[in-house]
Amino acid sequence: MTLATVLIVAAALIGIGLYGALSQQSFVMLMMGLELMLNGGLLAVIGLWANTMGGAPEGQLLAIIIMAVMAVDMAIGFALVTAVYRKRQADVTESLTTMKH
Amino acid sequence: MGLTDLLFLALSAVAILSGWRVFATDSMVRASFLLLLSFVAVGLIIVMLAAPYIGVATVFMMAVEMMVMALFMVMFMMNPAGLNPMMMVHQHRFSIVAGVLAFAGLTAAILFTSFPKIPVDPSTPVVHDLGIELLGPSMLIFETAGVTLLATMIGSVILSSRSGRFGMADQGSRPPGLEPDGEPAGRQPEAGNGHHHHH
Repeated sequence: MTLATVLIVAAALIGIGLYGALSQQSFVMLMMGLELMLNGGLLAVIGLWANTMGGAPEGQLLAIIIMAVMAVDMAIGFALVTAVYRKRQADVTESLTTMKH
Repeated sequence: MGLTDLLFLALSAVAILSGWRVFATDSMVRASFLLLLSFVAVGLIIVMLAAPYIGVATVFMMAVEMMVMALFMVMFMMNPAGLNPMMMVHQHRFSIVAGVLAFAGLTAAILFTSFPKIPVDPSTPVVHDLGIELLGPSMLIFETAGVTLLATMIGSVILSSRSGRFGMADQGSRPPGLEPDGEPAGRQPEAGNGHHHHH
């Protein structure tokens, strides 16, 4: 378990998450892609903290901030999904075209 | 190759494979549990990386979050039991290319960067240090996260509630048309007779 392998696993998670966020039509599946990217980010931050910072506590603080971002992303995302469904009966991204162009 | 390396390999395989299966399974509920599996594997890797608090907190937080996600999946699911094949994608080829490029680019950056090597001393009381940091020098940052979460709670209630305390916020208002004397834009006022839905 070297720093490079940990970071490569994190990069794989970010790549899969990016694929999911760009390809999924359903809002909820799209959000799972975003969560997976944040998951990779969290792993990368902790990997760097454990191997390059000598245990300086600020690195763990950054990880806690990322976890807060995950929670905010989930809560606001689901609230937006609910709001959009209520207004438009839409649950796939293709149904929202008014903001296009 | 020691036990740690084998465990790390197994956990990374679980994290990546279940992360990939999230977007390949037919049932959205199964997808949210696969995402939970990926998060748990990452949490355990984080525990192995000498950050037990962050790892355990990730597992706990994600367990709850994915339960909520599974509920939303049931609400918004196209294909309840996953009995039919489901492939709801757009710009599929572009997304695959973007994902692979992101992975390749990040991997290249990782392999060609020389990181400093200052590993955590195993005797460091990392959880204690984190606690002192959170309620000491970095308290304002920590508090900002708390206020952000409060704002998130308020925002999600406002976004998802059907109406405010005194009825719809735009009740009785008539938005201007997109063109002069045209149809009002946005939500149409409800048709007559004062019939309201209360939920």
